[in-house]
Amino acid sequence: MAALRPSSRAFLPPLCRAFAGPGCQLAPERGAERRDAASGRVSGFCPPRKSCHDWIGPPDKHSNLRPVYFYVPENESPLEQKLRQLRQETQEWNQQFWANQNLTFRKEKEEFIRSRLKARGLELRAGSGQKATLDAEEMADFYKEFLRKNFLKHMYYNRDWYKRNFAITFFMGKVALERVWNKLRPKPKTST
Amino acid sequence: MAASPHTLSSRLLTGWVGGCVWYLQRRAMQESPHTFVHLFRNVNKQWITFQHLSFLRRMYVTQLNRSLNQQVKRKPEPVASPFLEKTSLGQAKAEICEMRPLPPPSLPLSRKPNEKELLELESASIIEGSLDAGKEMKDEKHWKEMKLQLDDLPGILARLSKIKLTALVVSTTSAGFALAPGPFDWPCFLLTSLGTGLASCAANSINQFFEVPFDSNMNRTKNRPLVRGQISPLLAVTFATCCAVPGVALLTWGVNPLTGALGVFNIFLYTCCYTPLKRISIANTWVGAVVGAVPPVMGWTAATGSLDAGAFLLGGILYSWQFPHFNALSWGLREDYSRGGYCMMSVTHPALCRRVALRHCLALIGLATAAPVLQVTTWTFPVISLPINLYISYLGFRFYTDADRKSSRKLFFCSLWHLPLLLLLMLTCKRPPAAGGAGGEPRT
Repeated sequence: MAALRPSSRAFLPPLCRAFAGPGCQLAPERGAERRDAASGRVSGFCPPRKSCHDWIGPPDKHSNLRPVYFYVPENESPLEQKLRQLRQETQEWNQQFWANQNLTFRKEKEEFIRSRLKARGLELRAGSGQKATLDAEEMADFYKEFLRKNFLKHMYYNRDWYKRNFAITFFMGKVALERVWNKLRPKPKTST
Repeated sequence: MAASPHTLSSRLLTGWVGGCVWYLQRRAMQESPHTFVHLFRNVNKQWITFQHLSFLRRMYVTQLNRSLNQQVKRKPEPVASPFLEKTSLGQAKAEICEMRPLPPPSLPLSRKPNEKELLELESASIIEGSLDAGKEMKDEKHWKEMKLQLDDLPGILARLSKIKLTALVVSTTSAGFALAPGPFDWPCFLLTSLGTGLASCAANSINQFFEVPFDSNMNRTKNRPLVRGQISPLLAVTFATCCAVPGVALLTWGVNPLTGALGVFNIFLYTCCYTPLKRISIANTWVGAVVGAVPPVMGWTAATGSLDAGAFLLGGILYSWQFPHFNALSWGLREDYSRGGYCMMSVTHPALCRRVALRHCLALIGLATAAPVLQVTTWTFPVISLPINLYISYLGFRFYTDADRKSSRKLFFCSLWHLPLLLLLMLTCKRPPAAGGAGGEPRT
C-alpha cells in the first residue's frame, strides 16, 4: 500500500530513482547547494550523491536528538517543500530546547553539588583528584527543585511539540497521498 | 464429567502461561539497566568475538579499496540471533560504548549493525575531500540512510509495539480468562488474546509516537525505532491504526461488545490520558495502574460477558501490583525524569512514593484473602500465596524505611517474579465449578 510509505520513499529504491527524476544524478552542483541550504545546522555531513533519502545522524552531544539531513529532490512539490521546512524547523527548535535544557541541568547540578559540598566543608575535587559527588538521596532535592522550576517551560514545550508532531505527520500523510495520486492519474504531457 | 475438559484446559493454560511468563521474566530481568551489560557480556562473548574478527577483516579490505575508489559491497544487516532481542542489543552496545574507553578497533565492534553505513559513507568522504579525514570519517560513519529495509521491518515493528510488554499484557488477559467461571472456550480465548495483543501494540506505538524527544533523552528508551529514525511517524501511526482497528473489531464482534469497549477505553486511557499526564502531574501513576488492571478484566469479561466481582478482584490485584513495580523502578530514574520533565512521585514526592508502594504491597495480601470470599479461588490460595505476599511486603517495607537504590532494585526485581507466580497460584487454586456457592447444591 503506497500510503504506508514513509515520507522518505523508502520502500522501492528503483522506483525512488524513477520518481525523483533524473535530478538525482544529473545536477549534483545544484543539488549540493540546496542540500547545504536544507542541512542547516547539520554541518560537515554530505550524503553520497546517489542517495535519494534523508539521512539521520548520531545523537547530538548536547540535545541527545539525532539530526536529520533532509534530501531535497529536484522536482519537489510545494507540499513536499512545506513538509521539509516544517521538519527542519521543528528539528532546530527541538535541538535548541533540549540542548539548552541539558546544559542548564548539568550546570545547575554542578552548582548544587558544589554548594552542598562547600556547606560540608569539602572541595569539589578531593585531595586525591577524585571528583566528589553526592549520593542519590542528596541529589533528590536538586531533582525535585529542577523539575518544579522548569514545569511551566515544559508545559509550553509539550503543547508545541504535540502540535508540531501532529502537523508533521498530517503533512506526511498528505504528501504520501499526493504521490499516490501522481502515480495513479494519467500522465500529463511531459514538459521540457 | 463436564468439568474434566475444562479442568484440563485450565491446567494446560496454567502451564502455558507459567512457561510463557517465566520466559518473559527472564528477558525482562536481563534488561535491567544495571545488571544488564554484565549478563549480556557473559552470554555473548562468543558471538562478539566472531563479529569482531569479521569486522576487522572488512575494515582491512575497506582501507585497501579506498585508494582504488571502489565501493565495497554492502553487507546486509545481520539478523539478531533468536536469543537476543534487538532492543537489548542496541542498549548493550550503547552501554558497552559508554562504559569503557575503547581503542578504535573495538569501538566499531560495539556498533556492528552500522557497518554497511560505514562502507557507504567511506565513498561519501572521498567525494567530499574532507580536511580532517580522521574525525570526519568517525562522525560520518554514524550517519544512516533513512531508508526502510523490509527485512528489518518485523523487528522494528516489534520494538515499536513493545512486543514484550504486549506479551505480558496478553498473559494477564489470559489469566483473567482462565480464572473466569464457566467452560473454557478455546476459540474465544484465542480471539481475546489476539484482540488484546493488537490493541496493546497500537497503544504502545502511539505512546512512542508521542514521546520521541523525551525518549531520546532517557537512557532506557533512547534506542527506540522512532528515536533512531528507523521508521517515520506516519508509518508508526499507520501501523497503530492497522493494529487498533482489527484488534478492537475482533474483540467487539468476535468476543463481545463489552470486551471491545474495554479495549477502546484502555487504548484511549493509555495514549490520551497517561502519556500526556506523565508530564503534567503525578496522577499519571494511578492512571497507569488502571491501564495495567484493565487487561485481566477484559479476559474475564470475554469469558463471562459481564463485569462481576471476580473481574474487579483481578483488576484490583493488577492495580495494586503496579505500584511496588513502578515506584521501585522509578526510584533509580530520578535524574532522567527530572531532566526530561516527567512528573513522577519519586522525584516530587519521594515519601509518598515509598508509602504508596508499601501500602499496595499490603493490599495484595488483602486482595488475595478476598479471592475465596468472592468465589474466584479456594481458601488454599490466600494460604499458599501468603509467603510471596509477605516477602514483597517485607521488601516494600525495607524500601519505605531505607529509601535507597538497593532496596528499590530488590523490590523491583521481586515484583517481576511475584506477579506471574501469584497468577499461577490463583490458576491452580481456581474454584472448581462443581463446588458452587457457599452452601449451594452441586449443579446437575
